[in-house]
Amino acid sequence: MSLVEAINTTMQFGGLKAVNELNMHIEEGEIVALIGPNGAGKTTFFNMLTGIYKPTSGELTFAGGSVAGKKAHQICRLGIARTFQNIRLFSNMTTLENVMVGRHTRSKAGPWQAVLRSPGFKREEKATVDAAYQRLQFVGLASSANELAKNLPYGAQRRLEIARALATDPKLLLLDEPAAGMNPQESAELTKLVGRIRKSGVTVLLIEHDMKVVMDIADRIYVLDFGELIAEGKPEEIQKNPKVIEAYLGVGAEAMLAQA
Amino acid sequence: MAEAIMNTITKPRQGAWTGKRIALIVGLLLAVVIVPIAFQGFQELSFFVRVLAIAAIYVILALGLNIVTGYAGLLNFGYAAFYAMGAYASVVVGNLVIDMIAKIGNVGLREFLTGSTWIAMLPVAAVVAALAGLALGAPVLRLRGDYLAIVTLGFGEIVRLLAVNDFLGLTRGAMGVSTTQVNPVGLTWLQDNARLTFGGFDFMFSVNLYWYFAAVAIIIFTIFVIRRLDDSRLGRSWVAMREDEIAAESVGVNVMTAKLWAFALGAMFGGLAGVIFANSQGFVSPESFIFMESAMIVSMVVLGGMGSIPGVIVGALLLAGIPEVISGVAQSPLLSGLISAETASSISSYRYLAFGLLMVVMMAVRPQGMIPSKRRAQELQPDDMRIVEDEDQSSWTVEHGARHDL
Amino acid sequence: MALDTLVQQMINGITLGGMYALVALGYTLVYGIMLMINFAHSEMFMAGAYVGLFALTGLSNPKLVGAGTAHFFTSSGFGLVLLFVLVFLIAMIAVGCLGMFIERVAYRPLRNAPRLAPLISAIGVSIFLQNAALLWIDSRALPFPQLFPVKDITIYKTASISTLQILILVTVVVLLLCLDTFVSRTRIGKAMRATSQDRDAAGLMGVNINTVIALAFFIGPALGAVAGIFSGMYYGTVHWGMGFIPGIKSFTAAVVGGIGNLRGAMIGGFVLGILEALAAGFLSSGYKDVIAFIVLILVLIFRPGGLLGESVVEKV
Repeated sequence: MSLVEAINTTMQFGGLKAVNELNMHIEEGEIVALIGPNGAGKTTFFNMLTGIYKPTSGELTFAGGSVAGKKAHQICRLGIARTFQNIRLFSNMTTLENVMVGRHTRSKAGPWQAVLRSPGFKREEKATVDAAYQRLQFVGLASSANELAKNLPYGAQRRLEIARALATDPKLLLLDEPAAGMNPQESAELTKLVGRIRKSGVTVLLIEHDMKVVMDIADRIYVLDFGELIAEGKPEEIQKNPKVIEAYLGVGAEAMLAQA
Repeated sequence: MAEAIMNTITKPRQGAWTGKRIALIVGLLLAVVIVPIAFQGFQELSFFVRVLAIAAIYVILALGLNIVTGYAGLLNFGYAAFYAMGAYASVVVGNLVIDMIAKIGNVGLREFLTGSTWIAMLPVAAVVAALAGLALGAPVLRLRGDYLAIVTLGFGEIVRLLAVNDFLGLTRGAMGVSTTQVNPVGLTWLQDNARLTFGGFDFMFSVNLYWYFAAVAIIIFTIFVIRRLDDSRLGRSWVAMREDEIAAESVGVNVMTAKLWAFALGAMFGGLAGVIFANSQGFVSPESFIFMESAMIVSMVVLGGMGSIPGVIVGALLLAGIPEVISGVAQSPLLSGLISAETASSISSYRYLAFGLLMVVMMAVRPQGMIPSKRRAQELQPDDMRIVEDEDQSSWTVEHGARHDL
Repeated sequence: MALDTLVQQMINGITLGGMYALVALGYTLVYGIMLMINFAHSEMFMAGAYVGLFALTGLSNPKLVGAGTAHFFTSSGFGLVLLFVLVFLIAMIAVGCLGMFIERVAYRPLRNAPRLAPLISAIGVSIFLQNAALLWIDSRALPFPQLFPVKDITIYKTASISTLQILILVTVVVLLLCLDTFVSRTRIGKAMRATSQDRDAAGLMGVNINTVIALAFFIGPALGAVAGIFSGMYYGTVHWGMGFIPGIKSFTAAVVGGIGNLRGAMIGGFVLGILEALAAGFLSSGYKDVIAFIVLILVLIFRPGGLLGESVVEKV
């Protein structure tokens, strides 16, 4: 059974089919990339997987169960976490607190215990801090634990969003353009980070425009254009696929391919 | 390792227990206790104690609303409804209880029990108000800012109108209901024993002072609960929800549940305030729960500084205290020679005029309030559900029925 | 269920609905353009009633306008018509200017502030105006002079329609038609529609946003003033707090019809008026206000788009 299975999944807004009969699957332990020109429907697909949009038709399953129509926080509890294209951190919370919020589904202390400061509450708070701190160490942000999220440099903010997503103990991590705005050195760090994430047992689906990153880490690639799947396969295959080059890489493709 | 981190992260947010801070708090507590006692001792100033008692009740209300509006970021323009429910519950149930107790033979026991009834009414009112908070919260959770304002206003009015129409025969309509006259527990003892006279200072423990301290006890309880909630899983989910509701949901926060908790807890404190109010006044009528009251409580929170406990307290003290002080001074023996009775009462009427003007001016000049919360970047959570910006469409803002065709 | 009671309540309901429609238009005009609930709009209704009261008393007072004019106004049919037209015009202009003034002073500084600020400011204005009337005019309810000849015309058994109700209905229909034409046919009317659809784009197309907004804050209050005068004539009194409940009900009407939608506000007004009259006639008049609030809450929760608005999906 695939971890994620999309069968003729469609998302229609009025007259526009943002995602048109998409068929794809993701197996556990893979790193799959979703690429395509702007407006191809990639983030829309993320939104469907995470419960922000409900698919207009078709099936979309995760770990055997349908995610269509489930609420975002329920899907998170099932094991899908994500980052956003435009970073959506809790700006006025500290780095550590941001990640602590990520532990919400994996903790359960209610208001009563909070007010009474029961031993169970204290234990859970400590566990939450520990778990959050661990994730910060994992992404290399431990030293900024008490900084306000809005004061972090851009690259650190992206890593913080990843740490927060990891804190939810996901089976599947969706990364929406994690390398956007990064210089080559940062992208290389990110590639290593994604590798470490996979090693820790998390399956990764990422949207990316940075072809070097994609070619370096992805096991398989799906290519979307105008909401439709135009190609899929291993990185080497995609690189040579004329439809992909035509739709996406366009002018200067030769130069880009030569670098990758 | 985590211990060290934990110490550093909780402290900067809630402040370390430095010597300076402890001194400040002790000083405040002393002032809270000594100042009204001082006022009580001087005959011309004793009316201030009543002012303080009233202001203290509003502090509870403002703190309660602050949970809903300041922490969870949800507008509520009908908060007086919870206040009303607590008050009515306290009177109706309390009178029933007192009637039952009256059958007890032992005078001492009987007086002790009737005097303690108001304390027993606190949990009753808390539950009633909290349930009402849930009842209000459940249907309105998805509403956007200004719609939420109107719906909560409607709810407040419905409660008031039900009271005016003698709902279930309990509320006696516009006439209101009175508490059965009893001496609250401990008052007689205090009146007999807590006395101090020297020179011009003649102190006797008064009823007003009793209810003032009762209200202060509730205030301390309220602050205690709020601060503990603030630093907890629920508190964090409130902040996250306020910062970015979609991100919070995506990270696993059940936003609906968090909002419901805010409504219920916020309402609960309104109910507690209602008990103090009902018992200190001895009488409850729908007049005390008009929309103007709800608007005033919102103003206390907004003008004081949403989300900030000291800000909200200051807001309540000023907005509730100043008009009462003005009326009190105008009508007190101090100035009786200087101004006529009509002028005195019209000064009281001007308070709402000034209040309205103040709201307009404050919004234009200092919308973040007098003592803004350090945490709050904006007054209200972004009330349009901004969906992640897709490449193909610009951000989808959800407008509730805003069909903009004129 | 007696048929004549039904007929009577329908007549009452449509009359009431007409007044609600006039006020609802004010709410919807402003909301459509500025996405703001003008809380102070209910006080425009009240202000209109007071201005109408003073204009009416003043113009029919021999000491002020001379015995001949006063007599002309109050006795001859033509004079009476002229008197009322004048009174309405004076009230509309005065209150319209008041509305523009309030926008300029209290709301314009907050155009880019978070949504809560204008709402609080509007509430402040509402409270200020109510208490200003209380303090500077009178705290008691004032009687509205009954100069208009009120006669009941029997329609069906006990059901009758009064001349006043006819006047209200005719005036309301005329005003609604005028507004509808204005908004759909005139240049500035189109500018208003454009601004309500997309403020920035309209501005980029050369529409003077400030003018459009000022106009909305003139027309809305002016219509509210007319409703206020009618309320004074219909119920016979004018009171500083008279705007609050009708204001909320009219806002409900605007939402029922689809906030931001002019025709919706008109329809919503009539719907609400009829519902209220039927409830008062057949259920209990004490609870009629409660019913209005319940309708409001139900509509806002289940169909915030209203009858004519779109059924907007919560989460896209």
